[in-house]
Amino acid sequence: MYKAIKMTEITRLESVFQDKVDKEIKVEAMDWMPEAYRKTNLRQISQHAHSEVVGMLPEGNWITRAPSLKRKAILIAKVQDEAGHGLYLYSAAETLGSSREEMVADLLMGKAKYSSIFNYPTLTWADMGAIGWLVDGAAILNQVMLCRTSYGPYARAMVRICKEESFHQRQGFEALLELSRGTTEQKAMCQDAINRWWWPSLMMFGPKDSDSPNSELSMKWKIKRKTNDELRQQFVDMIAQQVKILGMTLPDSELKWNDKRGHFDFGEINWEEFWNVVKGNGPCNKQRLHARRAAHDNGSWVREAAVAYAEKKAAAKKQKVA
Amino acid sequence: MPKKKLLLKNKKSLNSTAMQIQIKKFYYGDIPEEKSSAPSTPVTRDEHEWPLWEVFIRSKQGLDHKHVGSLHATDAEMAIKNARDVYTRRQEGISIWVVESKNLHASNPDDAAMLYDPAADKIYRHPSFYNLPEEVKHM
Repeated sequence: MYKAIKMTEITRLESVFQDKVDKEIKVEAMDWMPEAYRKTNLRQISQHAHSEVVGMLPEGNWITRAPSLKRKAILIAKVQDEAGHGLYLYSAAETLGSSREEMVADLLMGKAKYSSIFNYPTLTWADMGAIGWLVDGAAILNQVMLCRTSYGPYARAMVRICKEESFHQRQGFEALLELSRGTTEQKAMCQDAINRWWWPSLMMFGPKDSDSPNSELSMKWKIKRKTNDELRQQFVDMIAQQVKILGMTLPDSELKWNDKRGHFDFGEINWEEFWNVVKGNGPCNKQRLHARRAAHDNGSWVREAAVAYAEKKAAAKKQKVA
Repeated sequence: MPKKKLLLKNKKSLNSTAMQIQIKKFYYGDIPEEKSSAPSTPVTRDEHEWPLWEVFIRSKQGLDHKHVGSLHATDAEMAIKNARDVYTRRQEGISIWVVESKNLHASNPDDAAMLYDPAADKIYRHPSFYNLPEEVKHM
């Protein structure tokens, strides 16, 4: 009897919630929300935060070897932005009831996922350009959509991130543009980086709509507003045009304009590779996690020292007052 | 190897040092636990987790400080330094306030109707309520 009453109450709250979402009223941390909505957001936001943090690693690899002081300063600024983006997102996730420590532990224990793209290696300097142009380009499409997501703290973090992300993509394209106008070797390096990053970038949008069971509910709750396939198509249409300016090609023989659809057709993604990398068997999964763990462990004395210093300062202040 | 170490560390803190803290969904505000949609299971937290701070930034002289987000820091001084790095990398501010989140109090969203709806039918509080002849200028 009691249970039945409780169920109708939840149904009522759920319909009030859906009504709000339908009217484009943002959901804030203190509002009632269905448990699955909270969980989905928490999973998505924390994964997004982890991706920003792990995303620093492939680029960090090239900071000391950037070809000029200008490129080094740009790369440092970009990596610093990514740390900042991780922090915005962690604090948005914290409003949903998870602690920072818990989320970091989930990442370090390999329990939490992050974007698979960062499990690919950065072999040449041109990869810095390709990451900015393709990887950040793909991320931006997703993030622009998320600026309108229904959960307020997430949407606000995304607005902040999008403002900063545009420089990331532009600097990448510009770096490739410079290579594309360079020596034969530089041109070859540029094409090679595009060849290696193209397919993994397409995979960033996730499984096909037909294989993405969470998508429908996420659309209903307006966590997402475009499906994986819609965003992927948008990306292909954009990049297929931009690559011409570089005088380079995309490694897909099936890529061609379809007048009827008004879009570019493109080849099938290697889904076996996709799932393999998701499951932890990508080229750099172990290396990335190991680097995160090492950073966490090696930094523990700094965190402890900071606490000790703050305590000491507080004690000294107290004594002075007394 | 590192994985093992981490797990062990975790186990140790479960058993001994760490306090069992019931995580409240909202670090600020006075919303009772049962009204939140936070998980009810307690989560183990490290004794030394840095407290949470809310950050307010004045974007330019003459404007109010505005809430921009939150961060963790050991004390106010560090919170301001971190806020500078996290929230003002592109000249977004000229002044920063930080408040430890536990010191912020918020109104309860359940009271929103009671608190804010009564203002809706007092349209005479707005200048547009009053119809004056066209000839009246500068009013």
